[in-house]
Amino acid sequence: MPLTREQIAQRIAQEIKPGYVVNLGIGIPSLVANYIPEESQVMLHSENGLLGLGPFPLEEEIDPDLINAGKQTVTFVKGASFFHSADSFAMIRGGHIDLTILGAMEVDESGSIANWMVPGKMVKGMGGAMDLVAGARRVIVAMLHTDKSGQSKLRKKCTLPLTGVACVHRVVTDWGVFDVTPEGFLLVEYAPDLSPEEIQKNTEGRVLLSSSARPIK
Amino acid sequence: MSKVVKNAEEACRDVFSGATLIFGGFGLCGIPENSIVALSKMPIKDLTCVSNNAGVDDWGLGLLLQNRQIKKMISSYVGENALFERLYLTGELEVEFVPQGTLAERMRAGGAGIPAFYTPTGVGTLVAAGKEEREFDGRKYILERWIRGDFAFVKAWKGDPFGNLVYRRTARNFNPLAAMAGKITIAEVEELVPLGSLDPDEIHTPGIFVQRIFQGSHYQKRIEQRTTRLTLTQKSR
Repeated sequence: MPLTREQIAQRIAQEIKPGYVVNLGIGIPSLVANYIPEESQVMLHSENGLLGLGPFPLEEEIDPDLINAGKQTVTFVKGASFFHSADSFAMIRGGHIDLTILGAMEVDESGSIANWMVPGKMVKGMGGAMDLVAGARRVIVAMLHTDKSGQSKLRKKCTLPLTGVACVHRVVTDWGVFDVTPEGFLLVEYAPDLSPEEIQKNTEGRVLLSSSARPIK
Repeated sequence: MSKVVKNAEEACRDVFSGATLIFGGFGLCGIPENSIVALSKMPIKDLTCVSNNAGVDDWGLGLLLQNRQIKKMISSYVGENALFERLYLTGELEVEFVPQGTLAERMRAGGAGIPAFYTPTGVGTLVAAGKEEREFDGRKYILERWIRGDFAFVKAWKGDPFGNLVYRRTARNFNPLAAMAGKITIAEVEELVPLGSLDPDEIHTPGIFVQRIFQGSHYQKRIEQRTTRLTLTQKSR
């Protein structure tokens, strides 16, 4: 069985080191927050202007002036700060964010990512994604391995308009954990019930197998 | 000369067709509600609107879209507005997508007298098309221009008659930058306090950036995604 969305999030939480400042995107990435241990003192950055994002509020704590980048009502933690959008993106572009985790429609062998537009169909805009992939020190993509039609989203070359060029370091899907290397996607870990060969065969982008690959815990 | 005006109608009186308008706000958070409603009732059109988002179908800038008052939008993300998507795909609305950080910096640059700046954001993407690219210390950057508006509209929590503004929580977002970038900046506040009652240390936008200010009314402060801890627990079950 491939991983569930929750399990992808759980696996990605292992990438977050104590004291990190992390920006989580919408979708699967936002679930990662549920699996970060409190004692790790991680500060979550929300690009609309909050460093120190807390859990969702209780009904009586809801404040329309306090939302995250997904426009959801949120709370803030001790040590949090608020700031305007230029400061927020100075943090991002200036290389002050340790890690960003975001969703994607496609990632290719060179680490380029597409997640903001399907020409003639979907035009939502890039929001902060182009700044995040250009500025965060480490970029991890969280997504399902295939799209609705079963097409592999790990591509040889992206077919959709790009969000960023050669910027993704690691991809975590429901099939496995892949590092972007000069030779292709290196399979680091795989979903317990899938075989590395199967994953390789059903992925469009080049997947490299290594003897050190192990099942995801 | 006093900057204080009675209400949004008076503040917006000379906004004209074809003008470039800059708006503060992120989603529906911290948007200048009163001014937008006033603009939606004026006989003006062909507006170029600069705003991170385009509101929802029936609130925020969605009101101006409904009236077909907007010719061009400059935004980073418009996913919450179905009407916007339709107008864009049918070619009725011109759109310039700008990465969020670039949009914020372009407004800041406009207010700070910096006509252009280099940024790594968007290199190698559609955003870079037609823009000068230059390498600094081994990395590529593209040249982005400032944005300045005929008018800028911002919403603050508290303000005084000089135009000094204090925002609340994440309702700050683009407002301080929009305030800097307007030839005429119109600020609406939840509470207009007497001169001297704001501590100079706590002011986010110094009044020099604000030309008109009024105390707004009937704030809706709509929430787009009402999410609570309880619903999260229910979801994960």
